[in-house]
Amino acid sequence: MAATRLFLRTSNVKSSLTGLTGGVHGSLGLTLHKLSPDCTARPKTQRRHAAHFTYHPDPVPTQYGPTQKMNLFQSVTSALDNMLASDPTAVIFGEDVAFGGVFRCTVGLRDKYGKDRVFNTPLCEQGIVGFGIGAAAAGATAIAEIQFADYIYPAFDQIVNEAAKYRYRSGNMYDCGKLTIRSPWGCVGHGSLYHSQSPEAFFAHCPGIKIVVPRGPVQAKGLLLSCITDQNPCIFFEPKILYRAAVEQVPTEAYQIPLSQAEVLQEGSDLTMVTWGTQVHVLREVAAMAQEKLGVSCELIDLRTILPWDIETVCKSVVKTGRLLISHEAPVTGGFAAEISTTVQEECFLNLEAPISRVCGYDTPFPHIFEPFYIPDKWKCLEAVKRMINY
Amino acid sequence: MRKMLTIISNVLRGSASRNGARVVVSARTYADFTPQATFDIKKCDLHKLEDGPPLQAMLTREEGLQYYRTMQTMRRMELKADQLYKQKIIRGFCHLYDGQEACAVGIEAGINLSDHLITAYRAHGYTLTRGGTVREIMAELTGRRGGIAKGKGGSMHMYTKHFYGGNGIVGAQVPLGAGVALACKYLGKNELCVCLYGDGAANQGQIFETYNMASLWKLPCIFICENNKYGMGTSVERAAASTDYYKRGDFIPGLRVDGMDVLCVREATKFAAEHCRSGKGPILMELQTYRYHGHSMSDPGISYRTREEIQEVRSKSDPISMLKDRMLSNNMASVEELKEIDVEVRKEIEDAAQFATTDPEPPLDDLCNHIFYNDPPLEVRGTNPWTKLKSVS
Repeated sequence: MAATRLFLRTSNVKSSLTGLTGGVHGSLGLTLHKLSPDCTARPKTQRRHAAHFTYHPDPVPTQYGPTQKMNLFQSVTSALDNMLASDPTAVIFGEDVAFGGVFRCTVGLRDKYGKDRVFNTPLCEQGIVGFGIGAAAAGATAIAEIQFADYIYPAFDQIVNEAAKYRYRSGNMYDCGKLTIRSPWGCVGHGSLYHSQSPEAFFAHCPGIKIVVPRGPVQAKGLLLSCITDQNPCIFFEPKILYRAAVEQVPTEAYQIPLSQAEVLQEGSDLTMVTWGTQVHVLREVAAMAQEKLGVSCELIDLRTILPWDIETVCKSVVKTGRLLISHEAPVTGGFAAEISTTVQEECFLNLEAPISRVCGYDTPFPHIFEPFYIPDKWKCLEAVKRMINY
Repeated sequence: MRKMLTIISNVLRGSASRNGARVVVSARTYADFTPQATFDIKKCDLHKLEDGPPLQAMLTREEGLQYYRTMQTMRRMELKADQLYKQKIIRGFCHLYDGQEACAVGIEAGINLSDHLITAYRAHGYTLTRGGTVREIMAELTGRRGGIAKGKGGSMHMYTKHFYGGNGIVGAQVPLGAGVALACKYLGKNELCVCLYGDGAANQGQIFETYNMASLWKLPCIFICENNKYGMGTSVERAAASTDYYKRGDFIPGLRVDGMDVLCVREATKFAAEHCRSGKGPILMELQTYRYHGHSMSDPGISYRTREEIQEVRSKSDPISMLKDRMLSNNMASVEELKEIDVEVRKEIEDAAQFATTDPEPPLDDLCNHIFYNDPPLEVRGTNPWTKLKSVS
């Protein structure tokens, strides 16, 4: 309800990204800061409403049974529905989840399963996660929702110090593996500082939890069900810009997609691209552009699980192609691309033809009005591809 | 000319609600108006206090007109922001303050401009009372360089001298407020800090941590909970085990104030300021108020409450109407005078909106400025390893 109108506005012009964004950003980085501010005047309004990516739906999965057309939030609702039906100890809680959630991910669940299984919490993230850890440790399957990933920091202590270390410090006597934390993640076009953050890097530094980011509805449902059934505390980040924009045929039955396995979306021979979440769709377009304009064949990998990440798939690919491009929306310093980059150069040093390229957000807080300049859009990525090929 | 026509039309309409039939031309002379009047105000509920604020408040004509003007400016500004948001000129998140004007104006009337104030994201009203101009506020909403935070903050991050914002994360501003209060106490300038938060935030852990610190060290901090009955979509009964927010401070004395009456808020704030300045430590105030809009512009505001409820509050307890009725029924102002103020306010808002729409956006260099404080310009790494922008902080 709350964000419905929000998304109705952004989703109107969501698909078919024209060369509009290309216009000003064309020769990007180097000339960006030389541009006079006045030229941002007229076409800016149109640019701001157009999304920086085009959504590419997955092919219809046939191995999981009958499918139905769903968007991302509906696939999350479907996953939670399956879970609540099959597991009598499952409970969902968070701020405003009872009426359906600000992104409509829990619509109808309270009516169907009762108010003792789907309930609101007061406004207290630390309390929500702490409470979830306790519930999970006592044996209930606890699915907590943090309303925006930007608000997860009061709960950071609980996640890192309590949830991640519970099994370890009790010598496997206790664990909170039944805890899953879901949170909307990533840039949304107009979120500015506190509704657009991607905090996966902060949590990647913490052994003991799993972090998962899907790229679309089919992936989201499968990965979410895997997270919930996984015996470790998991954080599931849902790209909020895809809640309405991503529509696919999603199986109605429960199914699971294995964690810690990256997926090679497109085979290639010249360059490997690794990313997750919304950025997958940006890079898909970059790969198509690279093939068309530069004759470069790119291999695109969706990492899916950030922690523990699939080192083998990525390294095998880099050994084949010799070049690696990693891209994410979070700031570049200390972002997860740094971890991937270091591991790959350790494992595949002699196979590298060019330095590993990271196309990420700037090292600034997520800006209010400068968002289109901040995000690593397809032109910046294409430029990186060009430079790597010509190294 | 317009004024003459208004007067004539009023006479022809023959409005009976005004005292004194000598309304035709002599309405322009201010000698006819009551210079001040005393009003009875609601008694405040007290917690751990022997006596509370006075039950009567005195209002002078000048004060009344000033409060009216400020509240009307706030109301019009918020409605204009609503309009601009629907036209997509303002984007992002916009939390409107209409319905709660009496809180901001009353609090400001009870403290000095040299005191400090910090609040959460519903900050447009406070930015205005703390010295911001409508132009700057609207330009900040649209993200232009004429904005009060140079266009970099937006709706939730507006700042002026002695006004520390404008904070997005719920509850995070309360420990900050206590820190400011400590600085006040330390610097010994007899200043205090007013620290506001909402009924939703009252359930955050950091608030209780702050109560403890403020009370332990006797910080001159007025904690104010603006209880507008809903934490976004959750009503207070469903969010809080105890809805007596003024008692939540436990060891901190508290009072519950009618937040729709500007005089009530003013007297309570004066009382609280007196309490703090005399070194007795922090005090907690709960202002019972109401917001007409939803939580933010993305929230229609009617899925968790009825339209009738909003209408009822609007007709019975609207702060501007209440002040207007008081002043008119005591002959402290005339209808035309107030209408004149309305017209001026409307014009001011129109000008500001025009400015906010046409002002250019901040220059691209600002993307990387003000990350750190640095003398030599810092290079900011970003999207590509070969492109670095300069942060000339």
